[in-house]
Amino acid sequence: MEFLLAILIGLLYASGLYMMLRRSLVKLIIGLILLGNGANLLIFLLGRITKGKPPIIPEESKFFLDAYADPVPQALILTAIVISFGLQSFAIVLIKRAYKVVKTDDLDQMNSTDEFS
Amino acid sequence: MKTIILRTASNYLLPLLLLFSIFILLRGHYLPGGGFVGGLIASIAFVLHAFANGLENTKNLIKMHPGFLMPVGLLVAFLAGVSPALISNLPFMTGIWFPEPLAVIGMVGSALFFDIGVYLVVIGVSLTIIFTITESA
Amino acid sequence: MLTAILTGFIFSLLLVVAGKYIKGKAAILSALVPLGLFIYFLQFTRQISSGEIITKTYEWVPSLGVNLGFTLDGISLIFTLMITGIGFLVFAYTATYLKGHEYLDRFYGYLGIFMAAMLGVVLSDNIISLFIFWELTSISSFFLIGFNNKEKASRKSAVLALSITGIGGLLLLAGALILGNITGTYSISEMLLSKDLIAESSHYIIIVILIFGAAFTKSAQFPFHFWLPGAMKAPTPVSTYLHSATMVKAGVYLLMRFTPSLGNTELWNTTLITVGAITMVYAAIHTLFRTDLKGILAYSTIAALGILVFLIGLGTREAFVAACVFILVHALYKATLFLVTGIIDHETGTRDVTRLSGLRKVLLPVAIAGFLAAISNAGIPPSFGFIGKDLIYEATLHFGNTGVLLTALAIITNILLLYAGFLAGIKPFTGKLPQSFEKAHMPGFLMWIPPLILAILGITIGVFPSIVQDSLIQPAVTAMGQNGSEIQIKLWHGFNLILGLSAITIGVGLLIYFLFKPSLKLEKGIAKFDKIAPKSIVESIGYGFGQGSKKVTGLIQNGYLRYYVSVIILFLVLLTGYTLLQNTKYVIDYDSFSELTVYEVLTLLVMAVGILYTVFTRSRLAAVAAMGVVGLAISLIFVYYSAPDLAMTQFSIDTLTVILFVLVLYRLPKYLKLSDRKARIKDGILSVVFGSLITVLALEVLGEPQGSQITDFYAENAYVLAKGKNVVNVILVDFRGIDTFMEIAVLTIAAIGVFSLLKLRLTKKNRK
Repeated sequence: MEFLLAILIGLLYASGLYMMLRRSLVKLIIGLILLGNGANLLIFLLGRITKGKPPIIPEESKFFLDAYADPVPQALILTAIVISFGLQSFAIVLIKRAYKVVKTDDLDQMNSTDEFS
Repeated sequence: MKTIILRTASNYLLPLLLLFSIFILLRGHYLPGGGFVGGLIASIAFVLHAFANGLENTKNLIKMHPGFLMPVGLLVAFLAGVSPALISNLPFMTGIWFPEPLAVIGMVGSALFFDIGVYLVVIGVSLTIIFTITESA
Repeated sequence: MLTAILTGFIFSLLLVVAGKYIKGKAAILSALVPLGLFIYFLQFTRQISSGEIITKTYEWVPSLGVNLGFTLDGISLIFTLMITGIGFLVFAYTATYLKGHEYLDRFYGYLGIFMAAMLGVVLSDNIISLFIFWELTSISSFFLIGFNNKEKASRKSAVLALSITGIGGLLLLAGALILGNITGTYSISEMLLSKDLIAESSHYIIIVILIFGAAFTKSAQFPFHFWLPGAMKAPTPVSTYLHSATMVKAGVYLLMRFTPSLGNTELWNTTLITVGAITMVYAAIHTLFRTDLKGILAYSTIAALGILVFLIGLGTREAFVAACVFILVHALYKATLFLVTGIIDHETGTRDVTRLSGLRKVLLPVAIAGFLAAISNAGIPPSFGFIGKDLIYEATLHFGNTGVLLTALAIITNILLLYAGFLAGIKPFTGKLPQSFEKAHMPGFLMWIPPLILAILGITIGVFPSIVQDSLIQPAVTAMGQNGSEIQIKLWHGFNLILGLSAITIGVGLLIYFLFKPSLKLEKGIAKFDKIAPKSIVESIGYGFGQGSKKVTGLIQNGYLRYYVSVIILFLVLLTGYTLLQNTKYVIDYDSFSELTVYEVLTLLVMAVGILYTVFTRSRLAAVAAMGVVGLAISLIFVYYSAPDLAMTQFSIDTLTVILFVLVLYRLPKYLKLSDRKARIKDGILSVVFGSLITVLALEVLGEPQGSQITDFYAENAYVLAKGKNVVNVILVDFRGIDTFMEIAVLTIAAIGVFSLLKLRLTKKNRK
């Protein structure tokens, strides 16, 4: 399973990057989201995946009696998921405004602020 | 999307989902759940209601701007953080608890209040974003 | 002693609020600050001359070994007295010179900072605090040179001076750090004890080069001398104080200070002699080609600094005596000449030496001061300068095989210095008074008294050299590590070779003065060589850097986001890929992996299809829907692999994201087919390579053993310390609570951002 998951993570990264390299603003955001998902899964995988043993201490016990899934990457990913929601919504709104102001969603026509004269 | 069925259902779903979100929030310390998930579920409940009944109705229902939940939540979380320093002269963010556990919830302590703060902020943030975008779309 | 240094800073700070009062008649009061300090330091003279060294240490940054240690020994005493004494006269002079100037308060503020910093330089025992004060002098000098900030030339000179001396400061810091590393201390006096350790260190050469770099830039030695003539753009009091009497001698001070711990090696002595000799001759010849009084004085100052470096390089006891005496001599006569020039400029409005003449008829006391200074400068008895010059010749003559050559160089320099001094101190006052200058009149007494005091001092000390012999010169030479018999400074040595050399110097100098006439033609003639002068080289290097960075920036920062991303990823792929290829084991341990089940494979399959569909569909709505499916599949993976919290969060967020997209999407245009086939293939290849790299990387990491102490800690203490059983939640709200708090704050900021982006704009529009 890990093997397949690693390939899939690669696929997420590749497609995310590909979408980011397009000129359309919408595709840029979709690429960003895919990349974020890939990163989350990567952290999850590298924290080693365990089946059926959530990091929850059983009732009537103060410690883990058995093997358990690593809670640290889970905590990291949880925050990452929520933060990326904030990032995405901000990016989406930014696109919307940019589109309204510049009247194009072609990234190549939005580079005038960056031009070095 | 304003079908009769959805509208009727959402009227019942909203309190149920809210209740569920609070349940998820409170049990977070012992079982899967917590402020983040709880807050998201609550926001989804409101968004669903807005889809079925229109944004205006939902806003009338909430009465206040969801944005106000953000500072309130931050304040709750912050107070939960400093409470040990104020009450027991312990360092910032040390957990303190009431001595006896409550039914259903379990031990009540500063961590729970912190989680409630998170819950409020998450609701405030997601609803502010969604409502703002819906209004200006 | 700390208080003494801080006084200047406090004075400057006070000016921020009290500035407007100082602009009027009260300006003269500010001169009390350096006067007080002068008297304060003067009272140490007896202690110092009896061989005492006064030290004070205050802790500053003890963890880095940076203490505010201050030492007052012979060397420091000469400098402190010069700084405060000349400072007093310059402060007073300024009160009239810049009377009613709009920014007089600012000027005094900079001067105060400079004085304090300069005192800090010469008193610091800790080399790091020395560096800090050193940089402060550069900065205050920058502000003072650029004081007339409306003039482009002033600004340019200020920047040039700051960059040269600033680079020197950095060299000093580097040298200081290496020294500190070797000796284990940053205290200069403690470094003395580790002299052998430093000399034997393999870094010795680097240290010496760095210290030299600092000293040569500050003291305007060839080839770094060119900032000093430019610095003459500053008002005359500044030129007097900073760029002649004190700041430029900081480099000389540094060399003197480090002579005991670093000096007395072949490298040290030869370099100093060579650089000093080149500087003094080069600059002295340059004085012949200047017509601006300040320009002449600038080059003669550089020549004098060259002499000092040269003398320190000789390294003999006689040379050190000569150096210490010459520092005083030079400070006295050069400050006088500068102040005199300032008066001339102030009263006639010109500094062109070819136009000035006959001013003694209107400015008699000033003429006397100029004359006396020129005498001392020329080394004509009975001036103090005569003693100084004799001592120099004595030092060079007694210097081994090359003594004759060195003496010859010293004579050439002194001849030309005499010419320069006469030109500045005597020429403007002799001859016929042109009509245009008849209106010139004596300035306020605050302006002409200071140069007169200095000039008279220059003669008095010449007649009674014992004033400084035991009190200043002897302790300073001792502090430079030369103990020995008592020093005897005398005006009259009897008829000997040195007297003959002096006579030759004076004779030839006078000859040149009377025969050689400075002219613009000559000045223009030498301007031809500007192309190969160090100044132009440095300037063109600076210009080249500017152009180069413009080109590079234009190339890299082309404004296309895609381009930036591809470059970053390409580098990542190349670097990581290369390392991976070198170190990969290419062994995958399938046994450690968990088993495959049908529903897992199905989930992954759905996900893969979703991803591909997202990428290749032409419909935006379909892309968003497919993305939602991918998110749900990820959520399922979290469910399979024991992460219920993640699954719930992912599910909710996925829902909200899709809703969000759908809400916005209808307002956005359809996909345009913007990129051509070639670009897509190129990007596709890069993406696939990048994705594969991540996959390989993940598999590699999975092959490594895992060990996390944090996980164990959290697992063991989740219930014991935090009374929670869902460890993920416990980490979020308890162990890493502050992180979570920051996170919700960030979320709030994002929401406010969204709100303001959409709403605030709308209300503005409504208002229209």
